[in-house]
Amino acid sequence: MSSDVRFTDFKSDKQPTWCPGCGDFGTMNGMMKALANTGNDPDNTFVVAGIGCSGKIGTYMHSYALHGVHGRALPVGTGVKLANPDLEVMVAGGDGDGYSIGAGHFIHAVRRNVDMTYVVMDNRIYGLTKGQASPTSREDFETSTTPEGPKQPPVNPLALALSAGGSFIAQSFSTDAQRHTEIVQKAIEHDGFGFVNVFSPCVTFNDVDTYDYFRDSIVDLADEDYDPTDREAAKEKILDADKEYQGILYQNEESVPYSDLHGLDSNMADIPDGAPEGAMDLVREFY
Amino acid sequence: MPDDLNWAIGGEAGDGIDSTGKIFAQALSRAGRHVFTSKDFASRIRGGYTAYKIRSSVDRVESVVDRLDILVALTERTIDENLDELHEGSVIIYDGERTEMEDVEVPEGMIGLSVPLQRLAEEAGGAIMQNIVALGAACEVTNFPIENLDSALEKKFGAKGESIVENNKEAARKGQEFVDEEYDHEFDYDLETTDSDYVLLNGDQAIGMGAIAAGCRFYAGYPITPATDVMEYLTGRIEQFGGEVVQAEDELSAINMALGAARAGARSMTATSGPGIDLMTETFGLVATSETPLVIADVMRSGPSTGMPTKQEQGDLNMTLYGGHGEIPRFVVAPTNVAECFHKTVEAFNLAEKYQTPVFLLADLSMAVTEQTFEPETFDMDAVEIDRGKVVDEDEVEAWTDEKGRFQPHFSTADGVSPRAFPGTTDGAHMSTGLEHNSLGRRTEDTDVRVEQVDKRNRKVETAREEEDWEPREFGDPDSDNLVISWGSNEGAMREALEFLDEDGVDVRFLSVPYIFPRPDLGDEIEAADEVIVVECNATGQFADLLEHDALTRVKRVNKYNGVRFKADELANEIKESLQTEEVTA
Repeated sequence: MSSDVRFTDFKSDKQPTWCPGCGDFGTMNGMMKALANTGNDPDNTFVVAGIGCSGKIGTYMHSYALHGVHGRALPVGTGVKLANPDLEVMVAGGDGDGYSIGAGHFIHAVRRNVDMTYVVMDNRIYGLTKGQASPTSREDFETSTTPEGPKQPPVNPLALALSAGGSFIAQSFSTDAQRHTEIVQKAIEHDGFGFVNVFSPCVTFNDVDTYDYFRDSIVDLADEDYDPTDREAAKEKILDADKEYQGILYQNEESVPYSDLHGLDSNMADIPDGAPEGAMDLVREFY
Repeated sequence: MPDDLNWAIGGEAGDGIDSTGKIFAQALSRAGRHVFTSKDFASRIRGGYTAYKIRSSVDRVESVVDRLDILVALTERTIDENLDELHEGSVIIYDGERTEMEDVEVPEGMIGLSVPLQRLAEEAGGAIMQNIVALGAACEVTNFPIENLDSALEKKFGAKGESIVENNKEAARKGQEFVDEEYDHEFDYDLETTDSDYVLLNGDQAIGMGAIAAGCRFYAGYPITPATDVMEYLTGRIEQFGGEVVQAEDELSAINMALGAARAGARSMTATSGPGIDLMTETFGLVATSETPLVIADVMRSGPSTGMPTKQEQGDLNMTLYGGHGEIPRFVVAPTNVAECFHKTVEAFNLAEKYQTPVFLLADLSMAVTEQTFEPETFDMDAVEIDRGKVVDEDEVEAWTDEKGRFQPHFSTADGVSPRAFPGTTDGAHMSTGLEHNSLGRRTEDTDVRVEQVDKRNRKVETAREEEDWEPREFGDPDSDNLVISWGSNEGAMREALEFLDEDGVDVRFLSVPYIFPRPDLGDEIEAADEVIVVECNATGQFADLLEHDALTRVKRVNKYNGVRFKADELANEIKESLQTEEVTA
């Protein structure tokens, strides 16, 4: 880690192929700034992504990165972090990746509380497959695969996280650069699983959850007298289906990350040239 | 008197069959006798017939046979289940005082010993020790020094306190004395003991031990029979070496966690069985394409679907060889016995890291749950060598950067193996992906780069084919015209079958193949033989198919797929029959 890292050091020389105006630009910039602001550099950072527009992030950022299969980014990030606690691990996904195919992993990653940051670029639609309903799409949102709307309520990712015992639950809006960066930064600094759902509008396929919609409807918790350590208050906000909140909805300041609970502090890449000291004891156990 | 003793305890699942069997196996092992165990068990927690069988001899034993000399029957059904293996003079120990056993009819010619197991156990301190009373009775019947049983009881119950150990010893004495006093029958057994020190372990444990020896620090898995013992072995042990076991939410998660840890530089593995390997298949290609070293163990059981979870089969060969969409360079290594589970696991980690590929470790149920005795030196930890392959540190990274100073993790080398920089290495930051990529790891659809990278990855296999030793293990008569080939756990039964065949004047050359891919070129051997028989525990002969393809010839097949492993005497008969049949029909 060096002190003179700028956020642009996290930019790769590859130009993003996201649509002009895509919310993911702002989401990614905030992630890079937050990483730099928290004293990380590309060589100690590991970014994991799944499939979809969000999955491209590993290509556009400069760091150690793995772009895996659809929905499985969180388990990969878990393995990376447990194997080397010195790495700053950031997992990026989309609403389909995280709340549909990867929903099972999401719940368990939340409750496992590994010290990493999970940023979900939530545009409430499947973009890269050209406009199908996602788990966060509105009940009446008409798409190519749901001509009359999905007719089922959207997933509430914040509620899922809270019920699974989430220790850091936040939401941000990609175009509100300063707040978004600040929130991701807090997630990185959190001891445990830092989850940030980011409104990251799709300008091509979603004409409902637009920049204008979010701008008009977002309520920033920073403007309210709100205590994020109050779980009951968090529950009330999170279950309020009529509002879109920005800020840290819930943070457990007593959170003890998985590695601390399990006493993991060494880099598992460091192993001796032969069987470890005392290995013959493993054989003697079978006498 | 037979040279070896075949002993079994059977009853309902939940009767403590498994732990009682293990105690007796350990007593025999500690007395310097070789032991080979097998289990009949059902896929349920309580109820249902279950048995633990032990074959023991002063010579090595590699297989089970169709013979049972002493049976501890906790239920009447136990006798019925084993009728075909019991013989004239077999001893059946049962508790005739129990209402459900009082009408037991001991088959003609056999010796029934009604021992009040429960009553004697109660006298010794608790009915729970009834199985130990039976062990004491078995010691008397076999003239086996009961002190060896004491030693196994101390190991088993030592942690629970002195009085528990003493009560158990007392229970065993009561069983012994009862038989001594009540039956004046002269038994034919005189179990010899030796000074040899043996260790007793099963294949799953050997895989776990091999993993730790090889420096594996991360294991992620999901419980499934019969692979779970690998995870249970590693839990609590790998931590002592700075590692961690994670019970994942499913197999998809397990393999991806293991992949993540491997990507971070740890030696990492997962293990599962048939249905689990299906779920993991999605990630095989990612492991191979991102060139991540990963060991994936499949402890096979009967399939397809959920099949027979507690029964033997070697039906997943094609799955590990071909599973996954697209073409995936990989290695498939199949240990041939319990000790090889250890050695092949160590080898699998070296292969994975040297060639940066997935390595499938293909074990099976009958090997995984079989406890077998070994001299401790069989697992010589000093002989374990670790080869991490082309790992580059911060001083070496520059040699592998492009003109813009970017590290090239997929640089196309002559041997196909690329440099590897662990995350954290200064100036090594790079991307890995399951998408086709260039030398930087970045996505590409450039047709030339695609061909270059596919060739590069496949070249690793060619390099390994040249550099590593893929030879089969050879047994029997090297000059015989009859060639038998098998893979995996059939080796033990086949080695003993060779002795039966020899007694019948049938000579056989036997090749046991521990590598499925790459595998030895057996073309010359097959060409030279008059008769070629391939033995495997599946219905279609998946390995035979491969050999026919390799050698452009037809082979005979001996297949077993009823869920039970081959027995040595049965195998000898099958081979004799096969040798007598004419042509192989197409």
